[in-house]
Amino acid sequence: MDNIIEIKNVTYEYTEDEATHIAVKNLSLNIERGSFTVILGHNGSGKSTLAKMLNGLNKPTLGTILVDGINTLAEETEIEVKRRVGMVFQNPDNQLIASIVEEDVAFGPENLGLPPKEIRQRVDSALKAVGMEEFVSSTPHRLSGGQKQRIAIAGIIAMEPECLVLDEPTAMLDPKGRREIVDTLHKLNKEKGITVILITHYMEEAENADRVLVMNDGEIISDGKPHEVFQNVEMLKSVGLDVPQTTELLYALQKNGFKVNTNVISVTDTAREIKKVLEGV
Amino acid sequence: MLKDITFGQYYDATSVVHKCDPRVKILLMIAFIVLIFVSQNMFSLAFACVSVIFVLLISRVPIKLFLKNLKAIWVVLAFTAVINLFYSNTGKVLVSFWIVEITTGGVYRAVFMALRIILLIFISSVLTYTTTPNSLTDGIESLLSPLKYIGLKNAVHIFAMMMTIALRFIPTLIEEAEKIMNAQKARGADLENGSLVERVKALIPILIPLLISSVRRAYELAEAMECRCYNGGVGKTRMKQLTLSVSDLYAIIFIAVFTCGIIGLNIIF
Repeated sequence: MDNIIEIKNVTYEYTEDEATHIAVKNLSLNIERGSFTVILGHNGSGKSTLAKMLNGLNKPTLGTILVDGINTLAEETEIEVKRRVGMVFQNPDNQLIASIVEEDVAFGPENLGLPPKEIRQRVDSALKAVGMEEFVSSTPHRLSGGQKQRIAIAGIIAMEPECLVLDEPTAMLDPKGRREIVDTLHKLNKEKGITVILITHYMEEAENADRVLVMNDGEIISDGKPHEVFQNVEMLKSVGLDVPQTTELLYALQKNGFKVNTNVISVTDTAREIKKVLEGV
Repeated sequence: MLKDITFGQYYDATSVVHKCDPRVKILLMIAFIVLIFVSQNMFSLAFACVSVIFVLLISRVPIKLFLKNLKAIWVVLAFTAVINLFYSNTGKVLVSFWIVEITTGGVYRAVFMALRIILLIFISSVLTYTTTPNSLTDGIESLLSPLKYIGLKNAVHIFAMMMTIALRFIPTLIEEAEKIMNAQKARGADLENGSLVERVKALIPILIPLLISSVRRAYELAEAMECRCYNGGVGKTRMKQLTLSVSDLYAIIFIAVFTCGIIGLNIIF
């Protein structure tokens, strides 16, 4: 198995008001190249801290993180790590630097010192990849939240990273914008083979992931395929997460003696499952 | 009310002036300003007038937009004219009362000065109307770049970066200020009534949250920039290279003619 990110016994501590808090506790994790991983957790579960450690913004207090074999602690390879692991944050407004879309997307490649022609190419293909090519010379200010966030993603993709880490990219968006982002990420994952690590507290977004991790108090408490993780309704509720409504419904039916298959998530599959039971009865 | 603030009042059109390189435009504007001050008699000023009007027309920006800019400074204009009216005592006396007298020389001088200011406003508006804030920044950065040879290596880049970010965040901060104002109004803040002092005091609960959120934004922006491999502009390249075109050649020829005209008319008359 080829891992893009290897996390070995990592602990992250920070000091606030003279008290030491542990945000991430002795965590070990490998992320497979080309996979789509979703990390779930409520606020303060350590998921954002973990995300920022993946590209070296935060340095682990203990343990090591290897990105494509490069240690994130080494100062001289900092840029190498950042160009491999791109990061998108919650608020699109605070990530866009220029007042023209194409100039903003060009910011990353310009910093990498690429020749103008190649930057142009990368900007165009990145905008195309997120479906924003018609907005090349617009002002980000006039776009919707979902569109702005797609521009932010394009700005990262233009650096051609191996891996894309997104820290709650949909938290400030409306349902339509959220859908746009999640679809874009799946498309990038499939078509460009970019490894995606999506951090969120919306369970629906984990639906089509290859792997779901649940974090609580700086530890990973569940790890598996989406339907495997979601079956654990009690555990998820105990850490303050909501299970998808479909899973909850099937789970309740099963509890009451109906023989339904609880490892489906989408609405259509759930409907089919219920229909099967109804027809059987 | 905040929506009325316009910044970098770019007017989108296709014209020779729009196509000019921002560096050339900035230099030409400086040359124009200097020459307007150099023109000393009615003939050279008339020549400057004609030239400025010519530039306004070929810029394809509606004339009423230029006149709108004049409206903003009419007080300054009137003040200058009135002061200059009494400044000269040459020529025939037109009006005379108490210790002041207005002469033809004074009237001439007042008109002359007012005209100069109008021309200055017009020519600098051409620059802001025909150049996007971004290319203006690029132009300034490029013009200041010789400074890096005298030990200000990073200063030019930092200055340009600051301008880019400032331009980018003006609309965002205006939006934010409006949100905070509405939030405070919903909590009973009265921003429109009361004395001047009271109204200024009412602004404090708006400015403080705005300041705090800007600091937070700045912090997040810094992280996002770091994630995009920003390292203070070392080894940075540019997607858009500034290149000189035919329009720039025309502009340079035009300014050469203009310079000769002004100086010539100054000498002849």
